[in-house]
Amino acid sequence: MSQNIDIEGNLVTRVEGHGEIVVNATDGQLEACEWHVVESPRFFESMVVGRDWDEIHHIVSRICGICSVTHTMTGLKAVEDAMDVELSEQDVKLRKLALAGETLQSHVLHLGYLALPDLVGEKSVVPMANTHEEEVKTVIRLHKLGNELIETVAGRSTHAQRTIPGGFSQLPREAELRDLRASLEGSWNDVETVVDLVLSLADELPEFTRETEFISLTDPDEYALYEGVPYSSDTGELDLADYREIVNEHVVEQSTAKFTKHDRDSYMVGALARFNNNYEQLGPMATAVADRFGLKPVCHNPYLNNVAQLIETAHLIEHSIELIDSLLESGLEAQSDYHKPDVDVTAGQGVGAIEAPRGILFHEYALDETGTALEGNCVIPTNQNHANIQLDMERLVPTIIERPQEEIEHTLEMLVRAYDPCISCSTHYLDVEFVDTQPE
Amino acid sequence: MTSKPKVAFFDFAGCEGDQLEIINLEERLLDLVEVVEVVSFREAMSEHSDDYEIAFVEGSITTPHDVERLEEVRSNADTVIAIGSCAAFGGINSIRNEQDFETVTERAYGEDAAMFDDPDAELFDSFAQAQPAKAFVEVEYEVPGCPIDGEEFIQTVTAILQGGDPSLANHPVCVDCKLAENTCAFDRDEICLGPITRGGGCDATCVSQGTRCWGCRGLVDNPAEDAYSEVLQEYGVTTDELLNEFTLYWSWQREHGPQADMQEVEQ
Repeated sequence: MSQNIDIEGNLVTRVEGHGEIVVNATDGQLEACEWHVVESPRFFESMVVGRDWDEIHHIVSRICGICSVTHTMTGLKAVEDAMDVELSEQDVKLRKLALAGETLQSHVLHLGYLALPDLVGEKSVVPMANTHEEEVKTVIRLHKLGNELIETVAGRSTHAQRTIPGGFSQLPREAELRDLRASLEGSWNDVETVVDLVLSLADELPEFTRETEFISLTDPDEYALYEGVPYSSDTGELDLADYREIVNEHVVEQSTAKFTKHDRDSYMVGALARFNNNYEQLGPMATAVADRFGLKPVCHNPYLNNVAQLIETAHLIEHSIELIDSLLESGLEAQSDYHKPDVDVTAGQGVGAIEAPRGILFHEYALDETGTALEGNCVIPTNQNHANIQLDMERLVPTIIERPQEEIEHTLEMLVRAYDPCISCSTHYLDVEFVDTQPE
Repeated sequence: MTSKPKVAFFDFAGCEGDQLEIINLEERLLDLVEVVEVVSFREAMSEHSDDYEIAFVEGSITTPHDVERLEEVRSNADTVIAIGSCAAFGGINSIRNEQDFETVTERAYGEDAAMFDDPDAELFDSFAQAQPAKAFVEVEYEVPGCPIDGEEFIQTVTAILQGGDPSLANHPVCVDCKLAENTCAFDRDEICLGPITRGGGCDATCVSQGTRCWGCRGLVDNPAEDAYSEVLQEYGVTTDELLNEFTLYWSWQREHGPQADMQEVEQ
């Protein structure tokens, strides 16, 4: 018997920001299936206009609390590109280290606090503190490690201050870096614990595949996160200067966040896109984690984005240890605790791109000769995934439409959560709304 | 206290950085759930209940839908606490309050900005101003900051649980800066908002990290009297000049005053 889907207004949670799913079916016939973003617009593109070149990163940091380091550094890269500011090798390594800390923190938050309860059948991480006490404490330790990485390098984990145009206002001490290295080395058991747990629950991840395009940064020398050029799994390397043609942002009525498309009707960004595009450059520990899950590129199952995040978690720890070793080997070049890099303020237009935890992030600013912003544009990873989520839903729902409504709803919530959407970045809430169109 | 007080968290337009600072309390968060029952925290849990005594709200109020939700929270809660600068006094979202709204929408949405005038495009129904919670409902307490300081949040919760009254410090950031033995930002040719910004919860962290005070905790009460006048006199800057210098966090507060509450504010 074909059913009518008539669950209405159930709140889906454990995502960052407000969105809703609308599914409308009568007698098993799908009539509407839409991913809506209902976040209040925040207008950052306008908020930066008229502000000084050395304030822009401070403002755009507030686009997102969870990836504030990435927004800060992408803003800085764009301003530095506009003014042809070169960073020292030391500053680049320190930025990479802070970024690794943020991605680690964000991945563990998402995987451990937001997605894991689905796999163990709980509503939140709180009851897991009773059923999985050791695992929860492990997740807390790893999350804390990510935050400590950011704090040591950038001064504060949310809206860090030390990253400024041209470098850092203040540097970590070498002793702090050595302590951090010891904590990173000491975290492998914790990573193993989480890998064992997720592996034991991997059967709970739905088997769903839809071929799509993956876009990320790529770099010849390393697994691209801070540096690199845009790369499409369909069309190869792309030019950063053409980023508007890569993303093709467009407004759709169902969403206050823009949608994007490139070679196909949608593309995916984030951990799985990076894994698929740059797998060969993962560190040995990360590759070993991938092997334990039997995960190889190209993987088209969006639910495995969570596993890709776990693989990257291992990679980020390896990468951070390498960066610290390299910094300590050459010794930190001293600077004042109130350092102001020498920047020649000039007019210009600049673009910056960084791999945020959730995918490739673009910022662009036009500055006048006094360094005042005339125009700004930010293309957020979650925006780039909206169309892909929409198309996944359209493919997925007909295959599960005969299942109990509660299960359909849960499967869709898990899909959205797998993307780790950061909706407040773009414009908070996830409402799943099944609309009953059955005549009264 | 015989039963744990029920606590709920709500987010409006903002970056969720304040809720993240609460999650960042890490192990201490487990201590917190020993003494309160969290019944709603959308960012971290699926459970939700409208039965709560204390509501924490984050983010500024920017749409008619926000106002509806906020009023519902107010009617359910005994105590409403605004966390973060956006909820407490408009914060960074209020930068746009000084810009023409049509231009604001066009800069972000291009020609599609017309949707903001379309009565059928409900999602785009947005106020021209970003406003704090207290512009619409009574708010008992505030924990300002961008982001909030986790310790100050714990102190506020502790005071309320003990039946006390959490109060904010009313000294400028300069005092914390002196305690931190920082070199004054004015001495480094920076314009610093420390003399008129409320200290007491941030340990002057931005100056300590080599930058300047950006004003994220809002104005001290009566800034003209309480400002660190010694610093301002030494560098020949007046309170009014400083107030006009910065519109980063204060666009709403400058217009309505640091102690503005619902009764004084036009919606």
